Formats: sequence, structure tokens, C-alpha cells
Amino acid sequence: MASETTTVVSLRGVDVPIVRRGSGPPVLVLHGGDGPVDHLPFAEAISGSYKLLYPTHPGFDGTPIPEHFDNLQDLIFLYLDLIDSLDLQDAILLGFSMGGWLAAELAVMSTGRFSKLVLVDSVGIKPGGPFDRDIADVFASSAAEILKATWHDRSLAHSISDMTDAELQTFASNRIAHGLYTWEPYMHNPKLCYRLHRIDFPTLLVWGENDGIVTPDYGAAFRDLIPGASLSVIPKAGHHPHIEQPNEFAARFLEFASG
Amino acid sequence: LRAWFFTEDAYPYLPDEDSYESIRVNLPNKHFDPATGADLYSMYLDMWCAADEMGLNIMNNEHHQTATCVVPAAPIMLGILARETKNARLLILGNPVSNRSQPVRVAEEMALVDVLSRGRLECGFVRGVPYEIAPANVYPYRGTEKLWEAHDLITKAWTTHDGPFNFEGRWFHARQVNIWPRPYQQPHPPVWVTMGSAGSAAQVAQRGHIGAVFLAGYPRIRSIFDGYRKGYLETHGTEMPIDRLAYCALICVGNTEKEGLEGAEKLLWYMSSNKVPPQYSNPPGYHSPEMAATMMRGSNSGTGLPTSTNLAEQMARGNVFAGTPDQVFEQIKSFYEYCGGFGNLMMMSQAGFMTFDETLASMKLFSEEVYPRLKELTASYDAGQMREIRAGLPDVENVDVSTLASEFVR
Repeated sequence: MASETTTVVSLRGVDVPIVRRGSGPPVLVLHGGDGPVDHLPFAEAISGSYKLLYPTHPGFDGTPIPEHFDNLQDLIFLYLDLIDSLDLQDAILLGFSMGGWLAAELAVMSTGRFSKLVLVDSVGIKPGGPFDRDIADVFASSAAEILKATWHDRSLAHSISDMTDAELQTFASNRIAHGLYTWEPYMHNPKLCYRLHRIDFPTLLVWGENDGIVTPDYGAAFRDLIPGASLSVIPKAGHHPHIEQPNEFAARFLEFASG
Repeated sequence: LRAWFFTEDAYPYLPDEDSYESIRVNLPNKHFDPATGADLYSMYLDMWCAADEMGLNIMNNEHHQTATCVVPAAPIMLGILARETKNARLLILGNPVSNRSQPVRVAEEMALVDVLSRGRLECGFVRGVPYEIAPANVYPYRGTEKLWEAHDLITKAWTTHDGPFNFEGRWFHARQVNIWPRPYQQPHPPVWVTMGSAGSAAQVAQRGHIGAVFLAGYPRIRSIFDGYRKGYLETHGTEMPIDRLAYCALICVGNTEKEGLEGAEKLLWYMSSNKVPPQYSNPPGYHSPEMAATMMRGSNSGTGLPTSTNLAEQMARGNVFAGTPDQVFEQIKSFYEYCGGFGNLMMMSQAGFMTFDETLASMKLFSEEVYPRLKELTASYDAGQMREIRAGLPDVENVDVSTLASEFVR
């Protein structure tokens, strides 16, 4: 098993913890609104041939929200600084859900440092009209509705009743950061669809077939906005195919990354 | 002491509670019959007019997308009352300025009401309860900072009389601000701000505004009012005048104890009807992580208001004052001395199915038998003497308040 190290990169007063694992070409992994997951089940399969760089967005996992942060724009520019600071070259950008939105924004702004882009059940665009519910409103849904929309196998979901007090408080803090980055326009940037054409490297979108937060149709609309992108749908998975079908996810990632 | 008659203007004719998920935010408005609603608005306005005739002051408020309060625009009701009443001070508590995108519009509305009423407006600013977040679609994180920025812009708009200014803040932007009319009262109407902790109280005290507290009861009132008094003294170098503090409770006065308690049971509709699911009572960014986690863990799954609507318990907490005039006076006096005194009593004296006649009977007994004694009590207020009285009253046993009235904590 590849060993993990955690370092903290300080960017003009904002501390970003980064987990590093494996060796090889760099993969910048951007987590979603649930926060960093301690044991990425697919990481074992990937870290044999790639170096995973796994930062924690400010506000998640017990880190503070910087005083000047208001929305995803602040996170995007923090990551532009981070990418420069790490001097990433030919990196693969891998983003999950909100982290996929972040990855897409970075890709349209800074195409020079990346070789490939992988978006997993990503939010960020608004394919429908004003009355269309393109992205499930997770902040106005009951826990039962969110559970149903998120998981194919609901037994994999974290239950609040199983969390320690510290874990629950982290969960509550993560939710605050998630809301800050995604509140309005809800989970998307109306301008992104006019910018995605700038992505000039191979892009793969991976989607859980049963995702009820953003459906595979949403994934197809996202794909159509990125030149040459392809969409790969994983059966028996919801919003987190990398957790529900880690082997299948790793296989599709590796096939794309090495191709 | 000044007493403020308050009703939330509920629409109580609802289907079986089990048939809907929430009384707020998503309860379909097919359950609102406009003709019944018109009758209710008429009744509530008549109640406020009766308060004016009895020598009481008037308080109103607004909420959105809820049957608990069917006034989504309090300034409109105030505009009516500005014409229909003669003497009462008109308190709006308040304008949800953290959630309103145009503070200048608020400044204009309030100036208009102030002029219409010839200077009887008292203008409250509130952050708003968590159930307001979805209807307003404003992220509640840093809502208190947003409130104060809106406050600064509004007071500047009220007090600028020599032409326009621009405002470019963190949350709000306005160009060529130059409101017509300007307020009747100079320099501007008295300002009230709600507070729910010692920290938020200190911020109100620093500005010298009236600090208002809802249903904190014995368990929390001392820390909040102490925070205000300390903040006031530190900023202004003098003891706080007693008219700077306000407390809101449910109040029913009867000819007999039984009558008063029966009326209070009806007022408890305000609490017992407040069925709200966690996604509306605990939206991200409203509560601190600690409070949010407590609410997620809570046995009541984060419903905002106390699930215990036992009258005896609510009276023991100091959230309800009820009984004969003598009893109500004694209850308020005990609370008043316990918390160190306050000069404004906001009285929710109508809620749910309480009728016009029942409400007026209680208001009349209050205004004739309780109010004069309360005025006498506060007229003799002396900060030093009050401290001595208070020192002799130990802290009420610290009951676990958990998420009780958590929507008022900030």
C-alpha cells in the first residue's frame, strides 16, 4: 500500500492541507461538497501509477472559511495560486460533484498545466430553463430525499446516528462551506457554458447511472459543451460511482489516463 | 414601561397536521382561502386599532411562505395603521434586512410610514428566522454582518439631507441615494434590533439601539441582557437607560386564573403548530456548526421552537405570563427583577384560534389592571438598586435548553 503524507501549503494566509499518495504523473483530486473522504476506495488502484494530490478546500474538514471568501470564485483563484505553487505540469484534473465544477472552471482558465480532465457526476452548468430543476436542491430536501437521490446502494451512506460528536460537527461545518460555494446561482455558473470550449485536452465525464442529484442526461449536456469529451456511465451507482463501484471507476479512469 | 400589543396574524384553518410536512415554506397555498384571509386581516387590524384605543402600543412583523404569519410585507400593514390609529407607537420588528436585497427601499418604506404616522414609527431590523432562508434565497452565513451593513446604509439614507451619496459595501451597492420622503422623526426613528446572545447584544448596545429578545426565558435572559448592559457601559460610559431593553412573551390576562390559563393555552398554538422539518429549521450557514450539529442530533430533529408546549413548563421558563391581573403582574415583576429590568414588554396576546373578543378582554384587563402597575414599577428603576435586588435572586436552575428557540439565538 502506498504511503500517504500530508503537508500544508500556505497561500497568502490561507492554509490548504494536501494529502499526497503514490508516485507518477500528478493527479489533482478535487473533492465535492461532502468534503474529503478519508479512504478513497479507488486510490489504491490508481496510486500505483500516479501521484495523487488531494487538497482540502477551505471550510471543509475543520479548516476555517477565509474571511474574504464568498463563493466558488474565491476557491477557483485560490486553486490557481495553488497550482502555480505546486508548479504542476501535465497534471490530470479529477473533480467530483462540486469539485468537478471547480475542475472545469480551472480548466477553462488555465489550460497550460493540465493534460487531461475527469469530471465525476459534476455540477456547474445549467442546461435547462429557469423552471427546470437541473440539479436537485439538496439544501431544501429532506435527509430521506437526499439519500434516495445520492445512492444506488443506500446502505453505503453515512448515518448521523453513527457519527461521533466531532464527526457530526465536521459534517455540519462541511455543509456550511458547501452552501457558501454553491448557493446562488445554485451549483452552477451561468457563464461556464460559454467558456468550456477553451478546454483543449482530452476530457472524460464519469457518471453513476442512478444519480438523482445530476442525472446522466445532465452529464450528456455537460459532455456536449466540451470539445471531444466522452461520457462513461457506470451501472449500479448513484452520485458517488467512485465509492459505490470503486474497481469499475478505477478501471475507467486508468484506461482514460493512460490512453 | 411601554407595552406593545403583538399578534403574528396566523392563518390557523389548516388540514390535519399529519397531512403536511411543514407549516412553513412548502405548505401549499391552496389551503389559504382568500375570503377567509380577508376576514382575518380585518380582524387583526381591528385588534391593533383596539390596542391604540386602550393606550397600548403596536408591534407587527412579517414572515414568508407560512401559515403562522400571513403578513409577508409588514410595511403594508403599518401603512394602514399609520392612518387608522392615533396615538400608538408603531413598531415593526422587524425588517429582515439581511434577506432584503435593497436596503434603500427599506429606508424609503420606513420614512414613508414615519411621515404618514406623523412620527410614530419605531423601526426594527432583524436577521430573520432560519425558515426565511429558502423563501429569501439568501445564504445566511455572515447574516449578522449583512444586517449591520444594511443598517449603516439605511441610517445614512435617513440622515442625509443635502443630496445623494453612493454606497459600495461588501453586501450592498447603491447609487445616488437621496430618499424622498425623509423621516418625520429627527434624526431618524428609534431603531430596534433583535439579539439572542451576549455577543449580539453587545453589538446592539454599542450603537445605543433598543435590544429586543424573544422567548429567551429564565434560562438565557440574564446572559443576553448582561451582555447589553456591559456593552452599553463600555461604549457610552454611562448606565444603560432602562428603555433600551425589550422582552417578548406570550401574555393572557383573565378575570380568573382559569380564564387566563385557558387563554394562554390557546396562545400556545404559536409553538405547537410550528411543524418544521430540519431542512428548513437548520439550513447551512444559519447556525454555528455547534448549534447545527446539536440540532441534527436532537431528538426533535431540529425543529425550531420548543416541542414542549406544556403551559406550566413554558410559564416556569418565563415564556408565558398568564392568570389574573395580580398573578400576571407578579410573574412579570419576578422576571423583570431576575433579569435586571427592561423598559419594553412585547406581548403576544393573540395567536391561533384565539377570538377577537377573547383577545380584547385580555388586552383590556392588561391595560387597566396590569399596565399601570408595570409603569409604576419601571418609573422607580434605579440601576444600583436593581443590581442589589438582582444579586439576591440566584440563577434559576440551569435547565437544558438545547435547541429551544434556537432560531432566536445568534
